[in-house]
Amino acid sequence: MTKNAHPLRQKYTRSHILRTTTCPGCGIGTVSQAILRSIDELQFDIDDFIFVSGIGCSAWIPSPFYNADTLHTTHGRPVAFATGVKLGLPDKHVMVVSGDGDLTAIGGNHLIHAARRNINLTVVLVNNGIYGMTGGQTAPTTPRGIKTITSPYGAMEHHFDISPMVVAAGASYVARWTTYHPRQLTRSIKKGIQKKGFALIEAVSQCPVQYGRASKLGGAVDMLKHFKKNSVRINKAREMGAEELQGKFIVGEFTDLEKAELSEQWVRLRCEMMEER
Amino acid sequence: MAQTDLTIAGVGGQGSILAGVILGSAAVTFDNKFATQTQAYSSELRGGFAAAWVIISDDPIEFPRVTAPDILVAQAQDSINRFGDVLKPDGILIIDSDMVHEIPPNLKHLYKIPATTIARNELKIPVAANMIILGALCKVTNIVSRQALEKAIARSVPNGKEQINLEAFNLGIERVKPV
Amino acid sequence: MQRNKRVLTGTHFEMGNWACTEGAIAAGCNFAAGYPITPASEVANLLAARLPEVGGTFLQTEDEISAICSAIGASWAGCKAMTVTSGPGISLMQENIGFAVATETPLVIVDVQRFGPSTGVPSVGLAGDIVQVARGSHGDYQIIALCPENPQEMFDLTIRAFNLAEAYRVPVFVMADGFMGHMREQIVVPEEDRIELKNRKVAEPAETVLDRQDFLDVNVAPMPVFGRGIKAHVTSSCHDEHGMRNLSDPEVMHRYAMHPIEKILSHRDDIVRVQDACEDATIALVSCGTVSRCARAAARLGREEGLNLGTLRLLTCWPFPDQEVRVVADRVDHMLVLENNTGQLYPYIKAEAAHACRVSFLGPQTLGQIHDPRYILSHIKEIIQ
Repeated sequence: MTKNAHPLRQKYTRSHILRTTTCPGCGIGTVSQAILRSIDELQFDIDDFIFVSGIGCSAWIPSPFYNADTLHTTHGRPVAFATGVKLGLPDKHVMVVSGDGDLTAIGGNHLIHAARRNINLTVVLVNNGIYGMTGGQTAPTTPRGIKTITSPYGAMEHHFDISPMVVAAGASYVARWTTYHPRQLTRSIKKGIQKKGFALIEAVSQCPVQYGRASKLGGAVDMLKHFKKNSVRINKAREMGAEELQGKFIVGEFTDLEKAELSEQWVRLRCEMMEER
Repeated sequence: MAQTDLTIAGVGGQGSILAGVILGSAAVTFDNKFATQTQAYSSELRGGFAAAWVIISDDPIEFPRVTAPDILVAQAQDSINRFGDVLKPDGILIIDSDMVHEIPPNLKHLYKIPATTIARNELKIPVAANMIILGALCKVTNIVSRQALEKAIARSVPNGKEQINLEAFNLGIERVKPV
Repeated sequence: MQRNKRVLTGTHFEMGNWACTEGAIAAGCNFAAGYPITPASEVANLLAARLPEVGGTFLQTEDEISAICSAIGASWAGCKAMTVTSGPGISLMQENIGFAVATETPLVIVDVQRFGPSTGVPSVGLAGDIVQVARGSHGDYQIIALCPENPQEMFDLTIRAFNLAEAYRVPVFVMADGFMGHMREQIVVPEEDRIELKNRKVAEPAETVLDRQDFLDVNVAPMPVFGRGIKAHVTSSCHDEHGMRNLSDPEVMHRYAMHPIEKILSHRDDIVRVQDACEDATIALVSCGTVSRCARAAARLGREEGLNLGTLRLLTCWPFPDQEVRVVADRVDHMLVLENNTGQLYPYIKAEAAHACRVSFLGPQTLGQIHDPRYILSHIKEIIQ
């Protein structure tokens, strides 16, 4: 690692990993920095974290880069793996980092059930609206009308609105930001890490190579400008009609509440039962 | 190798399977014998067929299925229709005479007990019919000792229901009659 | 019932599924995940009640995929983990069975097999998953699968499955079936200090993962368990000895696939168990699981009639007991393979035995209903003629 490497890079990543897998202009770097900055600002020890990821570009954020316990799992299943890790290590922070295809298509059932259980996981979901790694196929998050490699005549299906879906499933904390909002994103990840319960932070991110081309939004800078122009704070959005909100990114905190958390309940039950013994 | 194969059959809710479990449990834990108990029942929890198969032996049991029982306990007419044919020619049939009205011809060893009536009218607990049946089975066959069955019954029924179930068991021993 | 005790020492008359549960608890299992399925549900039901009593956790998942994934996650968290299901659940778990193989994760998978294909007959036992547990996930690999024949062995072999999983860092299957799972027989649970338990070796922290071998050791690398500052890197992508992904070096690809296979095959003498009761028999009845009881009954009946019958029972069906089958094949004139299916192990047995003796197969007279010993015997008489 060179001396001019970013301090977060020097402090928290594996020194022998010399290159990333992301394309130029990808939003993943922004999200990764937000995660590491969160841990740094909280002054938490990265050894107290276990990072779990699935398959897809954003699953490569922690694995193999973060110098911590990292578990790179099968497609769609990181939340299920992380649930077992958390129940086995209830004192540790367990963070899932993965993409919209991984967590809401093939792994959608695990996501909503983990939110329902309200198990203390922090899920950073990078939503780029497309399957990047496999060459730009339609995702459940691709807006209608966008032409992708598997919707060459325009996507006909409606897309998932992930954050409200996870709120409805029962999560304790849900926030959405775009890569145009790195400070707000960092603040929400910090809150998610500290939240006792299921926390989802949806990071809308640019994939200039696949989505930028499919949507004709252009390169990374154009996409970030697009995020800036079309982001609407959730408070303001509540006063707007559906028509007005067409094509907008509603950002902010969708929910922030206290409710019974699963792993803590298990610790308590085990203690009670062992005392009886 | 002394081995007895037995079928206890009825309709769902009569407790045939529990009777089979208690019989096997008594043989294994209190009579130091070997026992294998299996069962089958229809998907509906009440009214469908139910059967327990029990093998009791002095030695470890190899083939675990009952194909031709030495003893058939029939708590319902349906049990005779299903299992009457496979009872060994010199086998023993014990029927709940309240529930079974047609029996196969040429049986040498036939016993009856009005278990349902006794349970309903004398004990006021219809579900105790299976304990009466166990009493009858114990008296007629002695494949498991009375003491072992009493202990197994006391252990298997809900707390506070031991006495009434043992009473049912004893009524079975007293009232069973050859036909 | 005794409560809050880890080992319920004594003689019991309970279902095979009870025995499996108590075997797991006695083996030190402290995490189980499962999804309701006949005829395996009782194991999960009982684990849900028992695990908290001994400091463990039970998770009812949204599906069997989640069950195996969370069990693997718990194993990396340092738990002795298991999942339990039947054939349809195994089908759903297949991808992540491969994950457990590739990441060298200790895990016990109990398969209370049922009649298939597809939904089939949930309550009827069939040895229908013998091949799918060994070959169902993609790629080449080896697993360990143990075949109990009665409730007692569902206790004994569940303990052995945990010990093998811990010793070799592999998924281990217990291949029960609905018949023995729901069958009640005597189960003798020994004193706690008479049960030998094995625990995985755990890796020591190092400067970086490059200073440590966490994977691909044929003699089993210490496991870099999570939460101890070891900074493990675990991936099911092709990886080297340090766990680092490598998709370009053919030598690494070779080691990634071959070393976990060799890890099992080079220790096969420690893993494989058979019961060879062939002595000077001319015909050997070869079987595993519930059918072994039918085979033994048929051999006894046959010997009473003067037929020279013996039995070879495979308590381990994977890795396949090739040497043990060959040894018996060299001694007998005929091997009759008995399985409660249409011949899943038969080709493997034939491959080892056909050079030395005749080999034939007999399924049950009615599929799913196991072989009546008299039916086996009459078949043997036909063979002899």
